[in-house]
Amino acid sequence: MKISTFFYTLKQGIASIFRNKWFTLASVATIAACLFVFGIAYILTLNAANILHNAEERVSITVFFDEGIEEKRIQDIGFLIEDMKSRGIVARYEFVSAEQAWESFSKELGENAQGFTENPLADSANYQIYLNDISRQDEVVSYLESVEGIRKINKSDLTVDALSGLSTIVTFISVSMIVILFAVSIFLISNTVTIGISVRKEEINIMKYIGATDFFVRAPFVFEGMIIGFIGSAIPLAALFYIYVAALDFIGGVFGFLSGIVVTLPPAQIFMGLVPISLLIGVGIGFFGSFFTVRKHLHV
Amino acid sequence: METKKRRTSGGKKTQDNCVIRLENVNKSYENGIPALMDINLKIEKGEFVFIVGDSGSGKSTLIKLLLRELVATSGKVEVSGYDLMNIKRNKIPMFRRKLGVVFQDFRLLKDRNVYENVAFAQRIVQVPSMDIRKNVPGILSQVGLANKYKSPIVELSGGEQQRVALARALVNKPNLLLADEPTGNLDPKSTLEIMKLLEKINEDGTTVVIVTHNREIVNDMKKRVITLKKGVIVSDEKKGGYIDED
Ligand SMILES: Nc1ncnc2c1ncn2[C@@H]1O[C@H](COP(=O)(O)OP(=O)(O)OP(=O)(O)O)[C@@H](O)[C@H]1O
Ligand SMILES: [Mg+2]
Repeated sequence: MKISTFFYTLKQGIASIFRNKWFTLASVATIAACLFVFGIAYILTLNAANILHNAEERVSITVFFDEGIEEKRIQDIGFLIEDMKSRGIVARYEFVSAEQAWESFSKELGENAQGFTENPLADSANYQIYLNDISRQDEVVSYLESVEGIRKINKSDLTVDALSGLSTIVTFISVSMIVILFAVSIFLISNTVTIGISVRKEEINIMKYIGATDFFVRAPFVFEGMIIGFIGSAIPLAALFYIYVAALDFIGGVFGFLSGIVVTLPPAQIFMGLVPISLLIGVGIGFFGSFFTVRKHLHV
Repeated sequence: METKKRRTSGGKKTQDNCVIRLENVNKSYENGIPALMDINLKIEKGEFVFIVGDSGSGKSTLIKLLLRELVATSGKVEVSGYDLMNIKRNKIPMFRRKLGVVFQDFRLLKDRNVYENVAFAQRIVQVPSMDIRKNVPGILSQVGLANKYKSPIVELSGGEQQRVALARALVNKPNLLLADEPTGNLDPKSTLEIMKLLEKINEDGTTVVIVTHNREIVNDMKKRVITLKKGVIVSDEKKGGYIDED
């Protein structure tokens, strides 16, 4: 394409955006609405996944030993866990000595811990085990129960079941929402483009009579579609950004006490992914929507 | 294609001077009723031809075959050296750039002004902007609209609109001008002006084919007249007139 043709085509595309204000508005609104809902789904899914991931990381099994156990036996149990780690079941584990356990507990107690002269948690040395897949917790626990030298195993039943159930539901809802949304938006956009084309069917006709190539006829429409797609994705991105920042403020203020559990992602981390995805989808829908719809009307 | 055409048209053989050649052409629409039957027709370079006939006799169908808007059901259609029965889809734009077309309803871009409507035709064939700025005023003064180049189309009379359409058809210097009832919507004065323009264009070397219902014009101008009746050529006279129905 010659440079002057490129600029002429671009100018035509922009001009027809203003000439067909209502068509433009309808298309921009459709794309913007779809991408807005998509953005919300994206933000919620990412945050939910993050919260789940965080929570999962905290779920651990604590293994306490028999009273008066030998150092050697503790080491052997450590080898067993190391073996599970090498098989990919255990993500990581750490040995917490009685002193360390008391130290961290007395920190929580603060001033109340001052009175103790001896370690009241003398038998509280333990292994803290973090699993790769929390659904295998029961399996690991029943195995450890059969190991000699283990007095007690602490685990958190409720958290495990709730988390894995919630994770399935969130994934299911967001995937089906996105699928439905795209079906709807493709339908709406192909409709709006068809209306816009039929308004200009005469113009296309005239161009073809004069000897315009398909490419030349199509180019302004495709430019127009891409510009509409760009605007249609920029608007919800800006809106979502301000809404998200405000929402983070709100959550921080009201649910501050939950800060350990509700771990929100910073805006930058969300929008680093959402901006290119939204622009790609918006401009892509504009491009393919007009490309294929114009093609149907080129046979003159 | 271009060089070959020039070489042959420079030759002596009269056959090679044909801009339009139809042989045993039939055209039926989807409903199966024939609109044109066994048409044989030759129009040579530089001719001025009227096509007349009753409503429904197939005049517009013939023009559409020459434009390659329609394809004949059978026969041979050759225009400006292109075999329109077998032309590839991507060659059609190149073929049409050698044609100028004018319709009864003008078919202008109503949201643009006179200058833009004519420049449009040049942009489509990718003429550089500098040349467009030179060519368009030239052709507009040729059709007598030099002072109206900024006017919006909707503010022009029918006759003026048709002159814009004519300027647009001519700006790319076609070797053949096809006009389907170009004066059908015009008053007698504008009709005469348009016909004068078409005659002048023809004198400058462009082959002109005009479909018309205008009896007086046809009788006055004494050009070649082809008469269609129910899809058949019933007369073809060198200096003909409008054949009256009995
Ligand atoms: N798209 C179409 N589908 C089916 N039949 C058609 C179509 N266009 C034209 N015809 C038929 O073909 C015949 C010739 O039509 P055409 O338009 O060529 O006539 P015409 O000579 O241009 O008439 P007019 O002077 O009224 O413009 C008519 O019988 C018409 O009904
Ligand atoms: Mg007709």
